[in-house]
Amino acid sequence: MKSQTSAVESEDKFERIGGSSIGGGTFWGLGALLTKTKRFDELLQLASKGQHSSVDMLVKDIYGGSYGYLGLTGDLIASSFGKSATADKEFSKEDMAKSLLHMISNDIGQLACLYAKLHNLSRVYFGGFFIRGHPVTMHTITYSINFFTKGEVQALFLRHEGYLGAIGAFLKGAEEDNPNQYSWGENYAGSSGLMSVSPDMNPMQRARSGTFDMLEMDRLERQLVNLPLLQDPSSYIPDTVDLIEDAQAREYWLYCFEEALDGVVKRAVASQPDIPEAAERAEKFRQKYRHKLQTLRHQPFAYGSLTVRSLLDTREHCLNEFNFPDPYSKIKERENDIALKYYQKAVKSLEELSWEDRQFALVRGVLAGNVFDWGAKAVSEVLESNPEFGFEEAKRRLEERPWLIDSFDQWLERLKGPPHRCALFFVDNSGVDIILGVMPFVRELLSRGTEVVLASNSGPALNDVTNSELQILTERIAAMDPVIESALREDSLTLIQSGSSSPCLDLSRLDKVLAMVVRERQTDLVIIEGMGRAIHTNYYAMLSCESLKMAVIKNSWLADRLGGKLFSVVFKFLPSCVFGHH
Amino acid sequence: ICSVLFKSKVNYAFSSPAFPWFGMDIGGTLVKLVYFEPVDITAEEEQEEVENLKSIRRYLTSNVAYGKTGVRDVHLELRNLTMCGRTGNLHFIRFPTQAMPRFIQMGRDKNFSSLHTTLCATGGGAYKFENDFRTMADLELLKLDELDCLIRGLLFIDRVGFNGHPECYYFQNPSDPHSCVKKPCNLDNPFPMLLVNIGSGVSILAVYSENDYKRVTGTSLGGGTFLGLCCLLTGCETFEEALEMASKGDSTNVDKLVKDIYGGDYERFGLQGSAVASSFGHMMCKEKRDSISKEDLARATLITITNNIGSIARMCALNEKIERVVFVGNFLRINTLSTKLLAYAMDFWSKGQLRALFLEHEGYFGAVGALMELLKTSEDL
Repeated sequence: MKSQTSAVESEDKFERIGGSSIGGGTFWGLGALLTKTKRFDELLQLASKGQHSSVDMLVKDIYGGSYGYLGLTGDLIASSFGKSATADKEFSKEDMAKSLLHMISNDIGQLACLYAKLHNLSRVYFGGFFIRGHPVTMHTITYSINFFTKGEVQALFLRHEGYLGAIGAFLKGAEEDNPNQYSWGENYAGSSGLMSVSPDMNPMQRARSGTFDMLEMDRLERQLVNLPLLQDPSSYIPDTVDLIEDAQAREYWLYCFEEALDGVVKRAVASQPDIPEAAERAEKFRQKYRHKLQTLRHQPFAYGSLTVRSLLDTREHCLNEFNFPDPYSKIKERENDIALKYYQKAVKSLEELSWEDRQFALVRGVLAGNVFDWGAKAVSEVLESNPEFGFEEAKRRLEERPWLIDSFDQWLERLKGPPHRCALFFVDNSGVDIILGVMPFVRELLSRGTEVVLASNSGPALNDVTNSELQILTERIAAMDPVIESALREDSLTLIQSGSSSPCLDLSRLDKVLAMVVRERQTDLVIIEGMGRAIHTNYYAMLSCESLKMAVIKNSWLADRLGGKLFSVVFKFLPSCVFGHH
Repeated sequence: ICSVLFKSKVNYAFSSPAFPWFGMDIGGTLVKLVYFEPVDITAEEEQEEVENLKSIRRYLTSNVAYGKTGVRDVHLELRNLTMCGRTGNLHFIRFPTQAMPRFIQMGRDKNFSSLHTTLCATGGGAYKFENDFRTMADLELLKLDELDCLIRGLLFIDRVGFNGHPECYYFQNPSDPHSCVKKPCNLDNPFPMLLVNIGSGVSILAVYSENDYKRVTGTSLGGGTFLGLCCLLTGCETFEEALEMASKGDSTNVDKLVKDIYGGDYERFGLQGSAVASSFGHMMCKEKRDSISKEDLARATLITITNNIGSIARMCALNEKIERVVFVGNFLRINTLSTKLLAYAMDFWSKGQLRALFLEHEGYFGAVGALMELLKTSEDL
């Protein structure tokens, strides 16, 4: 309720730099006195309908126009409530509430700017319980900040604003025995998101009973950290497209995920054939996820940022909620078994090629393997209708060069140079992808003397391979391949969980052990595979070492957006970014 | 050659502008008028003086109230002042801007336009009422920027002093109500200074020299806000009434203090229990609303607005790296509560690094500056 200002340097280092006694309590108190309205939210609703110019003295009331000499436009408020002493008539509640809101918001904004200027800060976060997601308040504060800093300082708001203190207290208690050992993430299934209190703002409100919202958090028993190889961790944003800003993209993806629901539900039910209530649970999942999508349609910012990643993660959380932790588990097993059968043959035919041809074949192999992705509608349709669709077929159908993004020549040149010390490979799908595409590629790196760290999901997502599954797979491959077998034994091939349970990849939240190993082994090459990890996220990510991003675009809208067509290939090799821009 | 190179006293007198000499500052709420009453009029001049000029002089100097709302601040009169070669008394008059139409009417009735004088005016009203002056009274205003005039007027009055006494003062021991005492000072080497002009709204200027200044910022929570809110909350009608009520009220019934939240001090950050945590913070509660008086509300409004201005001024002083903060403007007229509170706030929150200064002629500097422009223009001739 009161206004306090703190400058925050890091999670543990902050300073209270000042405060003001004019805050939400002032707004409420004065508002109650002036308008006889008792409830805070009602006051804000009144304010959103008021005209403050009847109550306030504006520059044009004093100057008859703008104060040109100083560049103060006529509409600016010169004196809040300046007309109240001299007016003959009574003011409406709405107008007074609006004036009050402007007065308080502008004042808070101005003080925030003065503090920001003194301490050289460019971002101001507004917490506390004054704002509550009311657009009118956020607009006035943002306007105020922009006005007083001429756009140099950014006003930012927090979804859980007033509850941050309580949440912090909870976290401190929960981590009491082992601080810094845990990581926390929001569970999108359980959290109700940012709900606007105003019924006309949020039509979903009527469906809810009571007025409380929920924040559900998952605690991970492992710490998550930045990838040490990010060029600029402070400015790293994993997501390629911001669905809050990009309305067209948002429309498309919300629709896409809604359309895909049927297939996902079917898959979920099919994954638990012996359990009769699976169908019921699957239906509940459908309702829940659809409700989330509809909420996001009306309030895209309900869960903070909205991205393809968050939509995918929300779906995973909802599946988990209704006890479908791994709907693809049997499919993954089956496809692994089939792919393993072809492994030795694949490796042998690669060995028969010339060095240069082999490099190309390996790349094509990864790309073709990446096509086998049940997550993508276009592919799952093919796989469903044609079970014989195999690896060879995929390779044949792969886009001809030049690819949509094609740095193969540069990659080939690089391979002629000294071998990399250590490569970090973020893998994608199970089955053909990991076994027939990735493994031979890894094998080649190992033969050159490059160490390899395979980073796979900590938890299941779609048909992505998990770390525990990969452990087993690699053992089975080692049994038929001495190269892999000795690499495992000598520790030049290591398998580490990434810390993620998503089809996408957030390089700022990786398992601490992985980060440690990456540093220890002086990793100088990062390879990211697949649409989720290399295109929906990290497409623009800048790393301080060499990087290779490989994916086949399995969504025609996305392909079109990027200037290609369905099944276009992205093969993006970037030399080290340490010196200069690319 | 002599008459070109040297300006004799006689020549100098001829180059001063025609009487009457006025400076006007038309603000959002108040019009401030300064009038120079010459006391060195020769018999010859008196003879030639036109009738309406005489009547204006008599009307202004023999009254202390004009109409229902005009007031002459006699205690501020500067006696035997020399300006532009003439000696006279400088009078300080004010009336509400709302009464402007009546004032213009008076100008027409007294045939002011026949007096060949330039009416120098500053403030927003100089622009807003320009047309009215022209059409209703056939008068052409010389419009001047309010901040230019403010600074010029302020420096002039400080230079000439207040009838032999200093114009500027401050408070010693502002943090101790028992030993807090008003002390005079001079503004020699006044630069740099942070000038906070509290009128209907507030402007904050950083002044580096007479001609080098910038408007740092402003706030819309000013004197107009205090008066406006007071009127709405208590039903009072004038500034005097509002201050009267405020002097009798107890704002701690209205404001939520740190001790109301913490049960005492918020030690970790050095906030005393008596500090205001939330202005009007008790007013969301019906019982409290019913138990406070109008006086309490008036006081709380005054304290809130004053402290806020103090906060903003202090932050500006820090940002601009200026230690001297001068407060002017009619919000401080007969308002010792605010004056002392500002002195205290500057001293307390800056741990003695900042000093608040005040000036006796508070809100009139713009008008004085306008008058000086009138005299300067003719000096150039």
